[in-house]
Amino acid sequence: MRDSGINVLFLGKNFLRLLEGLGVTLRISLIAVLLSLPLGILLGMFMTLKNPVSKAISRIYLEFIRIMPQLVLLFIAYFGVTRMFGWNLSADVSAVIVFTLWGTAEMGDLVRGALISIPRHQYDSAAALGMTKVQTFIHVVVPQTMRRLIPLTINLTTRMIKTTSLVVLIGMTEVLKVGKQIIDANRFEYPTAALWIYGVIFLLYFLACWPISMLAKKLEKRWR
Amino acid sequence: MGLNFDFIVKYLPWYVDAAILTVRVAFLGILFSLVVGIICSAVQYYHIPVIRTIVSVYIEISRNTPLLVQLFFLYFGLPKIGILLSAETCAVVGLTFLGGSYMSESIRSGLESVEKSQIESAASLGMGKVLTMKEVIFPQALAVSVPGICANVIFLIKETSVVSGIALADLMYVANDLIGLYYETDETLIMLVLFYLIILLPISAFASFIERRLRYAGFGN
Repeated sequence: MRDSGINVLFLGKNFLRLLEGLGVTLRISLIAVLLSLPLGILLGMFMTLKNPVSKAISRIYLEFIRIMPQLVLLFIAYFGVTRMFGWNLSADVSAVIVFTLWGTAEMGDLVRGALISIPRHQYDSAAALGMTKVQTFIHVVVPQTMRRLIPLTINLTTRMIKTTSLVVLIGMTEVLKVGKQIIDANRFEYPTAALWIYGVIFLLYFLACWPISMLAKKLEKRWR
Repeated sequence: MGLNFDFIVKYLPWYVDAAILTVRVAFLGILFSLVVGIICSAVQYYHIPVIRTIVSVYIEISRNTPLLVQLFFLYFGLPKIGILLSAETCAVVGLTFLGGSYMSESIRSGLESVEKSQIESAASLGMGKVLTMKEVIFPQALAVSVPGICANVIFLIKETSVVSGIALADLMYVANDLIGLYYETDETLIMLVLFYLIILLPISAFASFIERRLRYAGFGN
């Protein structure tokens, strides 16, 4: 019986179902990242404005989103919004909203960091060459911030993938839930299924995130 | 919205107990993470063969998997091969497994920021390895590492929110319970946010205070 637990994976469509479960969270991460990119860039530029009101607003947004555990934000969106505004958000819509809000905050901070890292003399030199503000932005600021931003953005994607695993706690059927279903359905035939199923889920997450992290690390080294 | 204050007063003790559990798990997890982080970063810094490879494999695995999945494996998977841990032990072990790698990376970046010329100068002054670490590398590395370590501490406290997934009665668990039982969603969520703010705001403020002090004390700035 000792090694029989692994066979549960090859029963019927079990492995495929696990992959589909992982696909649910990967899809949410992907949508959230794609929405966070433009919004985060806008937020980052908004944050570098010298206007005290815009500074205060973006600061409060950023601090609140970043200090709260993402699971709390999910609870607020999933349970609270329904109650307060009467909008009945489904679990996946609330997940996309929360992870986009979170991703935008993180991305905004990265963009702000990259923008303020450009030394003043770069702007002065561009002005001395007679470049307009728009030209300076396109030819001087963007290329330099991109090199810093791209690896960090890729890293944000892995963080997003890892964090979206939380959606199981607001009742979504994703890879952990599917795993549990498989374990429960085979409780008597394969008593050690839990070890293998959760082990495989662990491995699947690793295989999803590790190549992306490696890519970020490589780019970071090359562009330093 | 009118808040039901009787409800809040009645269930305040639940939140207090849950907050104590959250803080206890976080404290132990952070403490052990630091220990693991110091050991792992030392192994990498001194290029100790074989163990160094094991440490880098551990760091990659730990950084590329979610804590919730790690906890499910520890809590539901391991008992099948006879390793039975209580939920709280699992939470601390899981948090340490996750935090160890983050701490290690922060500490290592500090150690590596100390220039080689500093170490050579120390050697030319006749300082031994231990003395060089204590008097030259460590104080300078600390200044670089501390902001990262502080960020990790806040990150790990936030991560404890997922221990509700293995039925530990932390703040999230209590909130989920109360929403399910009484449908006083507004009060429950406001209390949840407040309690996390009570735990996290002072630590976050302290972290930025330390960071400012360090920048002030920074070399040549």
